[in-house]
Amino acid sequence: MWQSISSLDFSPFVLSFKLASVTTLILLFLSIPIAWKLSQSRSRLKPFWEAILALPIVLPPSVLGFYILIALSQYSTLGAFFSESFDIKLTFSFTGLVIASCFYSIPFMIQPIQGGFESLPPNMLEASYIAGKSKFITLLRVALPNIKPALLTAIIITFAHTVGEFGVVLMVGGSIPGETKVASVAIYEMVETMNYDAAYIYSGIMVFISFIVLLIVYLFNQKQSRKIGGFGR
Amino acid sequence: MITIDISKKLLSFELSIKLEIPNGSFIALSGASGSGKSTLLRMLAGLESAHGEIVVDGKVWLDRDTHVAPQHREIGFVFQDYALFPNMTVEENLLFVKYDHTLAKHLLEITKLETLKGQYPDRLSGGQKQRVSLCRAMMRRPKLLLMDEPLSALDPDMREKLQREILALHKEFKTTTILVSHDPSEIYRLSSRVVQLELGNIVADGSPKEILLGSKSSQKFSFEGEVLEIVQIDIMYVAIISIGQQLVEVVISSREASHLKVGDKIQVGTKAFAPSIRVIS
Repeated sequence: MWQSISSLDFSPFVLSFKLASVTTLILLFLSIPIAWKLSQSRSRLKPFWEAILALPIVLPPSVLGFYILIALSQYSTLGAFFSESFDIKLTFSFTGLVIASCFYSIPFMIQPIQGGFESLPPNMLEASYIAGKSKFITLLRVALPNIKPALLTAIIITFAHTVGEFGVVLMVGGSIPGETKVASVAIYEMVETMNYDAAYIYSGIMVFISFIVLLIVYLFNQKQSRKIGGFGR
Repeated sequence: MITIDISKKLLSFELSIKLEIPNGSFIALSGASGSGKSTLLRMLAGLESAHGEIVVDGKVWLDRDTHVAPQHREIGFVFQDYALFPNMTVEENLLFVKYDHTLAKHLLEITKLETLKGQYPDRLSGGQKQRVSLCRAMMRRPKLLLMDEPLSALDPDMREKLQREILALHKEFKTTTILVSHDPSEIYRLSSRVVQLELGNIVADGSPKEILLGSKSSQKFSFEGEVLEIVQIDIMYVAIISIGQQLVEVVISSREASHLKVGDKIQVGTKAFAPSIRVIS
């Protein structure tokens, strides 16, 4: 058993975590302004935007993967542009995986942050405007510091969800070792080739890591709610 | 001088207000809930849109093609629910508005909060929070201080203390102030002019004496209360009535007893020929 563990290739895990880290970082900076805008919006178009941004939760990964594959392929305008101008291939590459993951995971980043912003008392933000502070300064110094639990939840759930993705990654990235072969894809291949010993170990590791991540979120949230009972969850 | 001539269509009525406020005055805004008091305050702060004109010391805050943002109106606002920033200490809450240590220190001294300046708001009592909120509103040395029922969530003792501090601050800074309040004693103590609203219109405007005492109640004690219990003692009936924070027993006739029932809202009155007055504090 131990021998088989030491002979295992852990690069799919490394790749999964690299992909999740990059995706989480990009989505964090992308989602804060979007979530802020949505939380402050009284527009009639708001439900329309919310529905679009929540689509990745309900769509089958194959549908999402198919569209992204078409949009990024070398025959598309976007794909051709990147390929010709920067010599970057968007499909079956790590870059493509990051783009696909961002689409796939964006609701998991936006929704907790938006919920956090919406739970802030409107008076608190108005007090900041009356104090002469712009919307941007208010976001930075009043809104964000008071939704820390929501931010942490969003970051960890997005990270975990990206580690756990399979369908989109397989369609857009394929299974190139060290480039696009993430843990979930690796496990799928092990099962297909009836390499059950390795599949057991890989799956066990995934269950363990996912559990620890979720445990941290819930422990932290419990601690926060005892401390302030406040905003942002 | 602040000149206000604004209107806005609300759900069930139209708010339409015309007011001139000399600098340094302290105005109480009263009226039943839903009469548009808070909306008027929010319109003055620029938090809500309105039609018409607001001119402050010659500067236009609102007219046909101007709507100065709340950020640029030089106002202080005290909310009923304090609206402090939970992520900042008492002192940081003040300095966030304006980085002026001297003024912050001075305000905290007036309101006796210096010892609490390093605390976070969640550690403070309601009265302390509202003091912080008041200091924070003064940090900009506002042209206009707006207070939306700032003391209604506090107990009577705390309310009185804060009223004294509000007066002290008003004396020192001479800030033009508009206070929304339901409490007649508070209005009487603080304001020099009362404006009464009803369904979005001004129905009375005058000194607290004129508005609150009126003519019909002169020479009379008259209090509103609620009947808690009616007890029969031999041939006598005694009603136990709650008036404000006090319980009183009033002897009533059997005829009155038959008309009254527990829970009735009533008015207790008597001619005040020779009431006794004793100092208690």
